Amino acid sequence: MSDHEYVPKSKFGKWFNDRLPLLSLASHLTDYPTPKNLNYWWTFGGILTFCLITQIVTGLTLAMHYIAHADLAFESVEHIMRDVNYGWLIRYIHSNGASMFFLAVYIHIFRSLFYGSYKSPREIIWIIGIIIYLLMMAAAFMGYVLPWGQMSFWGATVITNLFSAIPLVGEGIVTWLWGGYSVDNPTLTRFFTLHYLIPFLILGLVVLHIWALHVPGNNNPVGIDIKKPSKDTVPFHPYIVIKDGFALLMFMIVFAFFVFYSPNILGHADNYIEANPMVTPAHIVPEWYLLPFYAILRSVPDKLMGVIAMLSAILILAALPWLDTSKIRSAVFRPLYKQFYWILVVDVLVLGYVGAMPAEGLYLLIARVATAYYFVHFLLILPILGFKEKTIPLPLSITEPILGGAPMATAVKKKESID
Amino acid sequence: MKNISKIIFISLFLFVGTHQVNSAEKVELLKTDWSFKGLLGKFDRGSLQRGYQVYTEVCSSCHSMKYVSYRNLAEEGGPEFTEEQAKAIAANFEVLDGPNSDGEMFTRPAKLSDKFVMPYENVKAAQAANGGAYPPDMSVLAKARSGGVDYIYSVLLGYEDPPAGVILDDGVYYNKYMYGNNIKMSQPLSDGLVEYSDGTVASEEQMAKDVTTFLMWAAEPHLESRHKMGFKAILYLIILTILVYFSMKKIWSRIESKV
Repeated sequence: MSDHEYVPKSKFGKWFNDRLPLLSLASHLTDYPTPKNLNYWWTFGGILTFCLITQIVTGLTLAMHYIAHADLAFESVEHIMRDVNYGWLIRYIHSNGASMFFLAVYIHIFRSLFYGSYKSPREIIWIIGIIIYLLMMAAAFMGYVLPWGQMSFWGATVITNLFSAIPLVGEGIVTWLWGGYSVDNPTLTRFFTLHYLIPFLILGLVVLHIWALHVPGNNNPVGIDIKKPSKDTVPFHPYIVIKDGFALLMFMIVFAFFVFYSPNILGHADNYIEANPMVTPAHIVPEWYLLPFYAILRSVPDKLMGVIAMLSAILILAALPWLDTSKIRSAVFRPLYKQFYWILVVDVLVLGYVGAMPAEGLYLLIARVATAYYFVHFLLILPILGFKEKTIPLPLSITEPILGGAPMATAVKKKESID
Repeated sequence: MKNISKIIFISLFLFVGTHQVNSAEKVELLKTDWSFKGLLGKFDRGSLQRGYQVYTEVCSSCHSMKYVSYRNLAEEGGPEFTEEQAKAIAANFEVLDGPNSDGEMFTRPAKLSDKFVMPYENVKAAQAANGGAYPPDMSVLAKARSGGVDYIYSVLLGYEDPPAGVILDDGVYYNKYMYGNNIKMSQPLSDGLVEYSDGTVASEEQMAKDVTTFLMWAAEPHLESRHKMGFKAILYLIILTILVYFSMKKIWSRIESKV
């Protein structure tokens, strides 16, 4: 907690705080010393909290009107869209909110990758984050199944069928997941239950994520350890609160454009056709945020190996603090890593693109190369780079970049201003 | 930093781009001016009323619209028939109700609260009457096809003689815009097929445009209030963002000066 002991002013406050130190917690959160050179890529933590709360609140409201039954789900969604007061608004916020959530989490993750925020002493924060990301994918996938449209049904069929790749017990596991011999009502009801549960698990993990963050404190664009509190830091309130608020408002404008003017552009038209087990859609594609992993899955010819590759692509991130052997955190001082970082960004975008395309011909070839490169980046380039790379000298502090090379010193100076 | 924003923009374009690639498969769709597009886009009331006429006189003999109620016809943001008109429209249809106190089912004229009466009892009956093809329900059709209203408009006007060498089965027609070019619905519209009471000339294009507008409303009955609210919400957010920006500058100026 904070360095100074907080003492409430009022008698009742002191009495209460001695029994449950909520006021101390509030004081810790407002005084929390934050590096003052944080740039706007650091505002996505707050934005993600907003996304989670928005999804929970809209989700609870939708659950009051939604009916988790194979014969009624599609109709109940139309009921929400037509007859529930502002039902269309709540549903469009929820469905686009999932996309905005992933947009924000990808920026958050790539910010971590650029500035080395996953490195010691922040490994636990990072791993909790990866678990949150996994749970987000599970929640989003199951949520997409609930409207019981064509893409819901066939997406659920394709994804659950992946488990059949497990040797010996695969088929049994799939039947167990479905609660029958195909995706049907039992599948829908359990997906609804889990879709309802997971956000609260995420909420709990977010508390741990923030708690773990408040032990070492924030990383920063320079990536060096700073004294806290010191003249390198500002109290969280009001400095970071107002800055996060400003960034959140800009994010909300983008969000609102999707909700009010293109509410279905991120979805798939086929999901407005009620699920029909007898008719398979021409292309079964997941939502955009899962496309890179879908591309990895399809780029491996063998089903089991494909599933393993897809899972490894996510789980490999958890090992990142140990795969990256460099002691320097921020890419600002790692000229080679910086280039490989951008190649990785492009690689993931390419994977996302080919994931949306049919797995054949040139697309398949590109997917294979991009998949191979993804693993090479984490398993070969990062471990070797830590030993080979000649890094730029670090400044002593974020306010006094004395030791930095001349060009870097100005760069660091520039980062101090908030825009 | 500029690199990062570039990448994000590129990625956004990619996502939007892939969707457009999906929707524009093969042929360029016909375009027409839709009054309901744009920041404050609204339905053309006359077009919606005419579109309802085309739907009920032409489409509804095969296509159901099971999520739309007669009362919707009189609601704000829709065709906005008067309540009397909507009641009269509903009364033209018979619905099965019951059981009554004697345990008998009975038919009665439809009321405002009833959903649009379906042309067939069930999907099987619809297929049996249409050579095995199920005429899709039209409630959300405008959202259920990639390309949306442009696609529907194009298909309605896309009937042609098959190119040389293409042989069609009985009961299958050639359509330039239909996915796979084969459609089991015969050309539904022809000039002068309906008689508009407001004096509009019922050309094929006019009818296609009217009925497609009607389908868009059926799929998104709250489109107008969505646009209206969106405009206000975004304007509010922009003003608030500007205010918060200046507050932020002011607050941060306390420490910037010390650095």
